[in-house]
Amino acid sequence: MTATNSSNVILDINNLVVGLGRKADAHRIIDYLSLQVHEGETLCLVGESGSGKSVTSLTVMGLQQKGMLVPSGGSVKLVGEELLTASDRRLRQLRATRMAMIFQEPMTALNPVVPVGRQIDEVLRAHTDLDARARRQKILAMMEHVRLPDVQRIFSSYPHRLSGGQRQRIMIAMALVLEPKLLIADEPTTALDVTTQKQILALIRDLQRDHGTAVLFITHDMGVVAEIADRVAVMRHGRLVEAGPLQDVLRTPKMEYTRNLLSAVPSLVPRAPRPETTEPVVLEANELSKVYRERSLYGKAREVAAASNVTLTLRKGRTLGIVGESGSGKSTVARCIVRLIDPTSGGVRLAGREISDLSRRLLQPHRQKIQIIFQDPYRSLNPRVTVGESIAEGPINYGMPRKDALARARELLELVHLPPDAISRYPHQFSGGQRQRIAIARALALDPDVLVADEAVSALDVSVQAQVLDLLDEIQRRLGIALLFITHDLRVAAQICDDVAVMQHGRVVEQGPAAEVLTNPQQAYTRALLDAAPGRGWDFANFRPVSEGVVATA
Amino acid sequence: MLGYLIRRILAAIPVMGVVALFVFLLLRLTPGDPAAILAGDNATPEQLDRIRTSLGLNEPIYIQFYTWVAKLLHGDLGVSLISNKPILEMIGPRLEPSISVALATIILSILVAVPLGVIAAWKHGTWIDRCVMGLSVLGFSVPVFVIGYVLIQVFAIDLRWVPVQGFKSISAGFGPFFERIILPTCTLSFIYVALIARMTRASMLDVLGEDYVRTARAKGIGETGVLLRHALRNAAVPVITVIGSGFALLISGVVVTESVFNLPGIGRLTVDAVLARDYPVIQAMILLTSGIYVGVNLLIDVAYTLLDPRIRY
Amino acid sequence: MAIETLPESTIPVTRPFRVKFGFLTSTPIIAVATICLALIILMAIFAPLLAPHDPLLLTPSQRLKPSSAQYLLGTDAYGRDLLSRIIYGARISLVIGLGAAVCSIGVGLLIGLVAGFFRWVDAVLMRIMDGLMAIPAILLAIAVVSLSGASIWTVMVAITIPEIPRVARLVRSVVLTAREEPYVEAAISLGSSLPKIMWRHLMPNTIAPLIVQGTYVCASGILTEAILSFLGAGISPETPTWGNIMAEGRAFFQVKPSLIFWPGLLLSIAILSINLIGDAARDALDPRMKQREGK
Repeated sequence: MTATNSSNVILDINNLVVGLGRKADAHRIIDYLSLQVHEGETLCLVGESGSGKSVTSLTVMGLQQKGMLVPSGGSVKLVGEELLTASDRRLRQLRATRMAMIFQEPMTALNPVVPVGRQIDEVLRAHTDLDARARRQKILAMMEHVRLPDVQRIFSSYPHRLSGGQRQRIMIAMALVLEPKLLIADEPTTALDVTTQKQILALIRDLQRDHGTAVLFITHDMGVVAEIADRVAVMRHGRLVEAGPLQDVLRTPKMEYTRNLLSAVPSLVPRAPRPETTEPVVLEANELSKVYRERSLYGKAREVAAASNVTLTLRKGRTLGIVGESGSGKSTVARCIVRLIDPTSGGVRLAGREISDLSRRLLQPHRQKIQIIFQDPYRSLNPRVTVGESIAEGPINYGMPRKDALARARELLELVHLPPDAISRYPHQFSGGQRQRIAIARALALDPDVLVADEAVSALDVSVQAQVLDLLDEIQRRLGIALLFITHDLRVAAQICDDVAVMQHGRVVEQGPAAEVLTNPQQAYTRALLDAAPGRGWDFANFRPVSEGVVATA
Repeated sequence: MLGYLIRRILAAIPVMGVVALFVFLLLRLTPGDPAAILAGDNATPEQLDRIRTSLGLNEPIYIQFYTWVAKLLHGDLGVSLISNKPILEMIGPRLEPSISVALATIILSILVAVPLGVIAAWKHGTWIDRCVMGLSVLGFSVPVFVIGYVLIQVFAIDLRWVPVQGFKSISAGFGPFFERIILPTCTLSFIYVALIARMTRASMLDVLGEDYVRTARAKGIGETGVLLRHALRNAAVPVITVIGSGFALLISGVVVTESVFNLPGIGRLTVDAVLARDYPVIQAMILLTSGIYVGVNLLIDVAYTLLDPRIRY
Repeated sequence: MAIETLPESTIPVTRPFRVKFGFLTSTPIIAVATICLALIILMAIFAPLLAPHDPLLLTPSQRLKPSSAQYLLGTDAYGRDLLSRIIYGARISLVIGLGAAVCSIGVGLLIGLVAGFFRWVDAVLMRIMDGLMAIPAILLAIAVVSLSGASIWTVMVAITIPEIPRVARLVRSVVLTAREEPYVEAAISLGSSLPKIMWRHLMPNTIAPLIVQGTYVCASGILTEAILSFLGAGISPETPTWGNIMAEGRAFFQVKPSLIFWPGLLLSIAILSINLIGDAARDALDPRMKQREGK
């Protein structure tokens, strides 16, 4: 909007240096960073993990870990007032009145033992002289302003009674109740489902427009950037890579890093469909259901259907995606299929053999045909076992001599593009992406027919995510393995799946070829999901809006 | 709320059942003739017979257990082998010293330990923190009776501020009562303060790293408000828990302290019973103290629900 | 994490069951504690060489003597050399402390593993543990000792029993947490057998907390033994233990306080050292605690 009106600079960061510890030669987390946020403008600060974007925001607020992160140079000015040298008392006065912040995790950012109304009230009591009645009026008005329903009830509710989206609205109300000049939003929608994310983004956008707030919006998600930014600043290793108006950065990125970052964002437009195959069906789920019973000592048992009547078919060499928001039951289905949990009813046929009713012992020979990789690469490898031993564990379980199993581990490491000497190292010596490769190698060691990937790339940075997706694709082509890919990310699903099943509340609401479901959805829920996907108008990898791309190819 | 309370009480029943079974089996499963163990080496056959009938040792073991539990449920704790008095009557006059010291210890300890723990966590890593932690390790390590004798030496013998030993009922005036329980209370408080201060500090450190504490700071409220309104309230559950589980330690401490200070409480009664092998009394005392422990922890379960709205009734 | 290059550094290899003991000298206070404990252990081992007199030798003519060249710390009410009795007393304390730690960890580990892995016995085992925990440790111990006679073995058993529930609960909670870890689920889907999963993926997680718990049990065992002896319900009174010396000193407290002071001091130093080492071990070994310190 008002992108270059330099007279209204709200936040002015100039050559900021933040070191790890007090020593002069300390490692610099922030390395001569300069940026400005103007009145009524949203500046998106983008970067992958470890880029220093969160440290920047905490330093502005004066909330960085004292003694650990030490600002050692430069200046941070809020409406002309220097913050780095301000006293603690002055900083406290400025917080919530001039600058406010909302955080990533609405689940943990609110005090669980205090009603949310009182938590907002604290801001007013700390910074104003209003009496109780006026404060309550103001809070209720603010809660209505952030579009919370039934504000009287929510006012006296504890946080655990509210949904994630409602909690984030409370956070926003708390941040904006005193109309600060600057709002810092640190990944405020990352922990939310896409439909909620869309509403929160719209809310921030509207509030900013109404009040002329300057917003420093921190995110790793290019889709969100495209939705909300006026200007974009890209950070890497604590340095500013590139800054400019949204259109300029997305269309004509000047730096190679920015270009790579954009290229790695998977397109929401499904990849060209692969020809139908008549390969044999390797995995079938038939009316699969999982019901959890919560039994209390007295009172009636409560039943929760985590998955009901899920039917799926997966052919050799194909990829089936299960997409859905959190709580849709997609992970439950995956875990039932791998028999980490036992389905309540329904069947799972693996290579034509029914496995859902086999006992643990009888299941043993079939286990090797289906393997799983998990979301969190930091927890999916035993930290006390070498990479080689981890990979060899499966083959040894099925009778392969140790020496051969380790030789096989070495081959697999090569297959996943890790050096053979990784075999004798421990997981902590590898990055997240590398660990995920190791987990893939471990799953492949048993030559499975089916590989289940449960949010396997969700915890990874976008560039690493692209590499792991490429690897899975390559492995599928070389080994003809079938992939069951569970994800909440429609972009990822569009790029890797042949077929998708959309789940909501434990049921499959729509199922079919990815190219059809994701471009011409038949169900309202699928449409809503697609509609909520941030940045759906942009084809990041080709540096142009989607519509232009369609026109260009037409 | 009522349902929650009922569930907690129901859950306490098997615990007391295990205690009763354990106490019951302790004598019966000890190798050798239980009557001979209790009567000692020089017992006459008549003495042995008397013990057997009094404990019902001639019956099959399950009938023994049944009759014993049935009596217990009617409030009959049995009869002492030595004095032949009903145990319930023996306990009555012994309660005042024990309860006075225990209650005074809990109050004093919480008043001292919680602020210490909060300050230590707030000033994490500074010399204040290290002092508090050092003192708390010391409190764990010095035996109760050593602390007791050091306090007697200093305050009763050298300074002559208080009497060395003994007990006066509160009905005889608060002054004499107070000056006789102050040393036992201080003695016993050492370990309890150590326990609570440590847990308060650890729990506060956990909570101070939570996101909502950062939110509170981002709101611009003062450090005291952050510490007390946001952190301490959330840190309270583990602290309350340790006050409850530490109650077993407190009971053990009462037993020792009463011996050091010559207080005529239930601890002394127990020790005397052990030395005289008066098994019905030992049995009753273990049941009683375990019952108190279970009861205190029941109260603490209820306290949780007041402190944390997330705990479901 | 974006850089997909293998770090070239050769970080020292850590093995599953190996624990680094570098924490023993991590701060000056811990170092002093380690030295104190080492001296007490040496004193116990070489008691026959160090003690100037026979700790059991009664010399009725030399009752309650003050410190002298012959009796460095004086004599007790039966004319026995106090110093020699204190030196020998270290043996009983350490044996009992170590024994209680080893036994309670052995039994507790077994119960905890079973309870953590088999849901059908979990409820029963945990109720039994709850019951045991409800009985105050000292009362339980004196009851056991008074019934089965006062030998070093019964005292050890009496001290071990009340410690078992804490160890069992600790192991159970570690197992319950660890079995939710994706790497354990991965092992299940790799077809690893239950014993293999337990040994390879679950047991190693219990080592560090058990070492820490072991030091605490050791300290508390030494303390309990002293209290048992002090109450007259411990090892037979003529045996030189720190608790026995103090128990005998009770009657003569106003005449000769050193009968309580010296063994009490040594007892406190021993327990303090072990507790300090335990704290240091926890800070060094327990990743959760380390995280907490890092905050």
